Amino acid sequence: MSAVELPESGHAPSLRFVDRVNPATRLAAAMVLTTPLLLTVDWLSAAIALGIQLVLFSLAGVTPGLLVRRTWPILIAAPIAGISMLLYGRPSGTVYWEFWLARITDGSIQLALAVTLRVLAIGLPAALLFLRVDPTDLADGLAQVWRLPARFVLGALAATRLVGLFVEDWRAMSLSRRARGIGDHGAVRRAATMAFALLVLAIRRGSKLATAMEARGFGAETERTWARPSQVGSADALLVLLAAAVAAISIAGALWAGTFHPVWA
Amino acid sequence: MDRASHAVRPARVDATGWGWRHAGRRRQALQGVDLAIEPGERVLLLGPSGSGKSTLLHAFAGVLGGDDEGESRGTLRVDGRAPTEARGRAGLVLQDPDSQVILARVGDDVAFGCENLGVPREEIWERVRAAVDAVGLDLPLDHPTSRLSGGQKQRLALAGAIAMRPGLLLLDEPTANLDPDGVAEVRRAVARVLERTGATLVVVEHRVDVWLDLVDRVVVLGADGELIADGRPDAVLDRRREALAAAGVWVPDVPLEVPDAEVVANDAPPALSTTDLAIGRPRGRVLHEGLDLAIPAAASTVLTGPNGAGKSTLALTLGGLLRPRGGRVAAAPTISLGLGESPVRWRSRELLTRIGTVFQEPEHQFVAATVRDEVAVAPRALGLAAREVDARVDEVLHRLRLDHLAAANPFTLSGGEARRLSVGSVLATRPGVVILDEPTFGQDRLGWVELVRLLHELVHDGTTLLSVTHDAAFIDSLGGHRIALDARGGARVGSGSRG
Repeated sequence: MSAVELPESGHAPSLRFVDRVNPATRLAAAMVLTTPLLLTVDWLSAAIALGIQLVLFSLAGVTPGLLVRRTWPILIAAPIAGISMLLYGRPSGTVYWEFWLARITDGSIQLALAVTLRVLAIGLPAALLFLRVDPTDLADGLAQVWRLPARFVLGALAATRLVGLFVEDWRAMSLSRRARGIGDHGAVRRAATMAFALLVLAIRRGSKLATAMEARGFGAETERTWARPSQVGSADALLVLLAAAVAAISIAGALWAGTFHPVWA
Repeated sequence: MDRASHAVRPARVDATGWGWRHAGRRRQALQGVDLAIEPGERVLLLGPSGSGKSTLLHAFAGVLGGDDEGESRGTLRVDGRAPTEARGRAGLVLQDPDSQVILARVGDDVAFGCENLGVPREEIWERVRAAVDAVGLDLPLDHPTSRLSGGQKQRLALAGAIAMRPGLLLLDEPTANLDPDGVAEVRRAVARVLERTGATLVVVEHRVDVWLDLVDRVVVLGADGELIADGRPDAVLDRRREALAAAGVWVPDVPLEVPDAEVVANDAPPALSTTDLAIGRPRGRVLHEGLDLAIPAAASTVLTGPNGAGKSTLALTLGGLLRPRGGRVAAAPTISLGLGESPVRWRSRELLTRIGTVFQEPEHQFVAATVRDEVAVAPRALGLAAREVDARVDEVLHRLRLDHLAAANPFTLSGGEARRLSVGSVLATRPGVVILDEPTFGQDRLGWVELVRLLHELVHDGTTLLSVTHDAAFIDSLGGHRIALDARGGARVGSGSRG
């Protein structure tokens, strides 16, 4: 019956400075930092951003070991994205190697490098800024600082708690398929019946949860108060400024060096 | 923490000719209910399944929903106001412990209702601490709610309700899904809360004995959603005892008409046995090691133990669904029927005629769109001829009184029907061993008696039965052989005795 335990943010290592920043602000900082980087596909802006980020995060207490442990999916995804660019990116300049559709050229090498660096420059800060974010604290920030509708934010927050139950449901259902004699083949069909059953259970759980929330006065006309204060301070302003500065420096560097290459060009 | 500082103004409830019809149903769920509950009264609300008890409770709490959910008649007032406008006057605790935890930390969850009522921040935390204390939840406020037991979750829900300082406490089968320890915990917590707050109480529950000492009035709804009895607990029970029992209510002192357990000889041949078995979920920690157990053939065995002891994991491992984490499970040749001795190595289809497992939540094992197809799934997987499949399905449906529901969707069945179907769909392939996980959870008296009788018939016909259970009456009737799993370390084995 019991829900599986989702990873607890309490076990995450603490970071200097970043931990003092409101989770909602961290979301804002991640957006400020990475959105400009999505607009260009040159290698230099990504390299500058990544370089500054690594310095700043190491100052905040991110050790190489921690970096690898917490961001390995990104560290693996980045070169994979790069290799596909290397082989299939738009060819230009000298051709070094060719096989069927794959062609390694000056242009594709540059593109591969740019894409690899960019995935890292966008992925790493997003992962590291949210190392210790508790969903409840993020919801508090979104509702109290950003003033998003409480009904929406808290509804979504309560729903995240059901995810653990669904994981349990899914496991029990897979075992039961074997017990019912339909576990040997037809994996796709089996998954479809399980998905349907999960949907039914989800709707049922969701409506019970909604009743429980309504019974506790959720959705009433009364102005809601907040048990946990969610505040922003100078640290929050500083983090957003830092993020904006990193983005600005890297774009400016690319413009100055002439490597700036907007995605729409 | 004296009473004065916690006392609330108890609420009063008045229903006059009140009725409710769920949207899309022709039948009235409730009709002509005339009921006045005085402030501070403690009412136990009884009735058979489907008599509208929960609906009435939800109506008191003001959470029945608007016109698109159904249609009401007559009037219903809490402290003279419509329940939906008296928000915060009623606190509601529901049946399912998992579906009413709202937030990830104990303190935040209890604070949720206060926040919605607009209580100032400092006062919220005072109330949270008082509420957590009142229900005896001795945990730090940042304790994760995902790590609570069923009984603790129900006490958490109770704390969340009373932190709103409601004058009316509404409990909808709060102990139906709990083990005996959990039931005792919740009952104690409710007694303490009433002691401190003096609130009006309305509790719906099948198990009368749990609440009898705590209530001063019993109200009984009939199968048609009408009020059929109302008065002091002893008077109502004396007059209505048999009728209530016949309607599925767990009234004390009405004997359950089921056979006693038949003692199993210690040297009875086993259907399943384990050697140095270690159990655990895949990728989870190992829960037990060195288990040497025997499940006697053609007899009934019960597997008991506290929550979290790994009973379900052991049952699934014995049933060939989970891989042993060490040691082995061996099926006797009479069970394995020519295959290797290790059930987990059998193919899914090969399990069907050998070991059948009935899951705790019937919904987890439903795979078809109709009751009839649900029972037919396994016989078809065996490759039986269409005619034989039909014959077996008819037999099972008839035996479990599901004939009239053959075309219904399994997900729309009531708790008792869903349980019968989950058992029936396993019986259709006539497995030599049937394993059941908490088969009597949440069952009313009728469903219970029916199920226990059916299981006795199975054993009588030579089936080996293994049931994971907390249910004392079930153990009395089917605990011919008993295995008690400790929270950590070992298992004790014993034989049931008559009486």
